[in-house]
Amino acid sequence: MRNTLPVIIAFLAGIAMVISFFFNPERTVLGTFQENLLQWVTIVGGFTLVLGVFSIVRVNARAVSRRSDGWFYKLATVISVFAMAIPSIMPTSANSAFGKVFYSIFPISWAGAFGTGPDSIYDWLFNYVDSPMMETMFATLAFYIASAAYRAFRARSAEETLLLITACLVMLWRVPIGEALLRSIDVRIPDYINMFVMNGFNLSVQRGIIIGAALGMASMSLRILLGIERTYMGKG
Amino acid sequence: MAESMTFLDHFEIWLRAYLILSLFSFLYKDNRFYKLSEHVFAGLSAGYYVGLIWQTVIVQQLINPMFDEGEWVLIIPGMLGVLMFARLVPKWSWVSRVSLAFVIGNTAGIYLMNALHGLIFKQLYATMGSISNSNGFAGVLLALVVVVGVISTLVYFYFSKEHKGVVGVTAKVGIWFIMIAFGAHFGFTVMGRISLLIGRAEFLFYEWGGSLGQIF
Repeated sequence: MRNTLPVIIAFLAGIAMVISFFFNPERTVLGTFQENLLQWVTIVGGFTLVLGVFSIVRVNARAVSRRSDGWFYKLATVISVFAMAIPSIMPTSANSAFGKVFYSIFPISWAGAFGTGPDSIYDWLFNYVDSPMMETMFATLAFYIASAAYRAFRARSAEETLLLITACLVMLWRVPIGEALLRSIDVRIPDYINMFVMNGFNLSVQRGIIIGAALGMASMSLRILLGIERTYMGKG
Repeated sequence: MAESMTFLDHFEIWLRAYLILSLFSFLYKDNRFYKLSEHVFAGLSAGYYVGLIWQTVIVQQLINPMFDEGEWVLIIPGMLGVLMFARLVPKWSWVSRVSLAFVIGNTAGIYLMNALHGLIFKQLYATMGSISNSNGFAGVLLALVVVVGVISTLVYFYFSKEHKGVVGVTAKVGIWFIMIAFGAHFGFTVMGRISLLIGRAEFLFYEWGGSLGQIF
């Protein structure tokens, strides 16, 4: 029961998607069924993400209550989750049943601060706290990637030399002064880089990797549908 | 901008400047400012997805259609979603497998068809079609580069046969192509990160500098 039922459900859900793929979503029942199933998957997936955040809060709150190492930082995580999540799930009008009850307690003028719209608490925290930190995190990688480049860009073999030359050419090509320098050697060099390096060598390798990954994806999907692959069920 | 800045404008700029500098301080060494900002970032990012999922999925696709349009059949995915929370109770955690199996099965079905129809056949068609659609010497040369590149890359990643003889030579060509592509990718990534760094530096010099100039 515990192991067989999920395998049967996975098979039926998967085969339904495969069969309905061949039917027109606007004119056939099976096609419409596919669209409905996609909506259902989005809903269940949404709950999965909320469960993940709930788990983060639970783990961090436990560490705070036990005053374990770094509890203060974990408290900051919990407060941040609530600061962002609670205002976003509050009603933005008194039209719904929950909204009527909520705004009978709190003034309706607070409605603009809730939800995820412009000028909400959620929007402010995203624009002025979350987004600058995200950009800075990626900008910090510039230093680490420079350090990685120092180690990777060594012409010890033919392959490494190819990597070094291509990376240097692309980096030069991507900045105006570098492009001007390349044009001063030959006006066609930037176009050749774009044509042969980016749309030739790079594109062909991307395609090779995509085809390889898609073959893996298709075989893994088939394994799941046939019940051979069951690792998603975990232990027990 | 510096002429008409309100207290809130100054606060927003100083908050952003503090967060940027505290995160950059990790480049020197791990410290309390960095740790606090890092944990706040993790918490806000998690909270961001709660708001996003709540508004775009739970409200728009579940609650509103059910209560406003009477689509009570949506109670099934709603129940499956709630069953996911059974994972939190060890005795009943197996129940969440039902919801997980539904999502995994559906996703596998979609991926199977998308991989075959949308990726493998489309990419192969585009590769072989590039030869017949090419114009001029440069076009033919480019098409040949693409075809040789795709075949040699696939052969390089084919490990079921030892890389010897014809397979070995093709795999060797494949690694040359891969090195060129990775070099191009690396160059692109470096420049992307550098442009983000320039953006942060511009903010600190112009906006935070402007605020500093007005206050002091």
